[in-house]
Amino acid sequence: MYRTMVTARLIDEASFRLNRQGKAPFVVPVSGHEGCQVGTGWPLRPGQDMWVPYYRDVAIVLIAGMTPYEIFLGLFAKADDPSSGGRQMPSHWGSRRLGIISHSSPIATQVPHAAGIAWAARYRGEDTVVGCWFGEGATSEGGWHEGLNFAGIHKLPVVFVCENNRYAISVAQPLQMAIQNVADRAAGYGFPGVVVDGNDVLACYAAMKTAVERARAGDGPTLIEAKTYRYFPHTSDDDDRSYRTREEVEEAKHNDPIVRFADTLKEQGVLDDAAIDVMWAETKADVDTQIDQAWNAADPEPSSLERHVYFEGDGA
Amino acid sequence: MTEKNVVTAIHDTLHDEMAADDRVVVLGEDIATRGGVFRVTQGFLDEFGDQRVIDTPLAEGGIIGFAVGMALHGLLPVAEIEFADFIHPAYDQMVSEVSRMRYRSNGDFGLPMVVRAPWGGGVHGALYHSQSIEATYGHIPGIKVVVPGTPYDASGMLRAAIKDPDPVLFLEHKRTYRLIKGDVPDEPFEVPIGKADVKREGDDLTAIAYGLALHLCLEAASRLQEEQGVSVEVVDVRTISPLDRETILASVVKTGKALVVYEDNRTYGAGAEIAATIAEEALFDLDAPVARMGGPDVPAMGFASSLEHAFMPNADTVAERMLELARF
Repeated sequence: MYRTMVTARLIDEASFRLNRQGKAPFVVPVSGHEGCQVGTGWPLRPGQDMWVPYYRDVAIVLIAGMTPYEIFLGLFAKADDPSSGGRQMPSHWGSRRLGIISHSSPIATQVPHAAGIAWAARYRGEDTVVGCWFGEGATSEGGWHEGLNFAGIHKLPVVFVCENNRYAISVAQPLQMAIQNVADRAAGYGFPGVVVDGNDVLACYAAMKTAVERARAGDGPTLIEAKTYRYFPHTSDDDDRSYRTREEVEEAKHNDPIVRFADTLKEQGVLDDAAIDVMWAETKADVDTQIDQAWNAADPEPSSLERHVYFEGDGA
Repeated sequence: MTEKNVVTAIHDTLHDEMAADDRVVVLGEDIATRGGVFRVTQGFLDEFGDQRVIDTPLAEGGIIGFAVGMALHGLLPVAEIEFADFIHPAYDQMVSEVSRMRYRSNGDFGLPMVVRAPWGGGVHGALYHSQSIEATYGHIPGIKVVVPGTPYDASGMLRAAIKDPDPVLFLEHKRTYRLIKGDVPDEPFEVPIGKADVKREGDDLTAIAYGLALHLCLEAASRLQEEQGVSVEVVDVRTISPLDRETILASVVKTGKALVVYEDNRTYGAGAEIAATIAEEALFDLDAPVARMGGPDVPAMGFASSLEHAFMPNADTVAERMLELARF
């Protein structure tokens, strides 16, 4: 778990470095969200359960099985980018092989999809659980309500995870909703809503594990609200100085989920400082190697522009 | 062969496909207990159960979004939008999700799903139960848009739509539901999507239409033959997207004259694309300018009979325009 959090953080740092070098025109950062993503992703079973993420979910797709190499193929918009072959902006995940559902840029449109997948999974007699992630901004959309409402009516095997970082780009939570906790909205759909410290990876894990077991048992959905913070602007094209003070951002970093988990691991005697340093160094070397491989991969052929509008036959 | 009206043909075909393949599920408003406001899914709930015949909350974006999820996970959903006029809340799902899933995933994901929607006027539907939406979605690559006008075509094209690996918007002209009757084979058959059909052969001019307007053209053509000796060929477009340019152009080249009739607002309607195609590809075979009849450019038709009639084409106005073109 810790290594996945570190990998996500290092992918972020490398992506911004590549952005400043002019090699990556667009970056969607994850930093600050690693705890709630790793915690809520970990209880699902890669290869069996289904993943319906949104664009900030670097750690979620890592858990689902996407490699840093594949993530950087997307960042560089390469032909072999598994999500879209360079068609979509980076961080618009998708892989049928890994059960990561392709998503778009409009917000919350994936939420009804998660409900539909859960319906199909139950209908087919599978024990699949669907994980569906979004920010708190998504909860203002009609599609979000429609998805949760349908899932609640039919007690579908899906867990909704809100990564609440308090801002929908620049709009602060008090201008998004009149309530303190997104989780309160679950009452309107007839299933539990749980607030959890999104910077405490183990608390997120515990909440998700309970929710997944509940879903798998046929008891229906859960809405988990993980309260967290993003350390970078919304994207590489955003300037968050216009809506957040530097003091607020620095204060939030005192709650860094990676630092907190490292402290816990040290307290428990699982890792020591030396082992942690080695893990960071190894992971960074590994990520950097995969960046180089991705950078050297082929660009999409211009002639491929008109492909895949419609079905082209099996194996196309 | 059994003679059926359009709504019975659709009901029977959907029923048979559900009986033949348990991946086919239907979802929408009022479709289960009520059997659909037009009775298309009458009796389905009892026969197939509530896991395959799903009454949804009143949420069109959700209906399409749930269908997307089902199609992504092994099912073949047939979603019903109660009236085409109510599909607008689902526009984001249709355009951002349904049409682009295959393209944006570089062919990794596909959406084998059908969205059925009754469209068109002539039933006192007023502004919000009469609209034409085919041009809106015909403009969106990635979604196929079909507009069958006869029981035979409705049956064969619905079966083709359910078996199609790509999303199909299946538009049923509600005035034709019980008005138009015809023979339908008792054995399963398909009518290919993307193929227009010459519904009546003729020499003097070509009328190109779909939906209810097809039948107005057929009636007008028959009347002109009897009364004036004018021979009109009638092409049923059947599929708005992808458009069968070859069949349309072949007919126009043969007759040398083209009249495009559609019920939607004239400006930017599907008929405009057809007229432009003819102008681009067959100009030197034309003996007269391409003619178009479309609805007036007002937001929608009124409830009062006088207002509805003033909006809709009818066999008289179509025959008049045909005669004018024949004499050009």
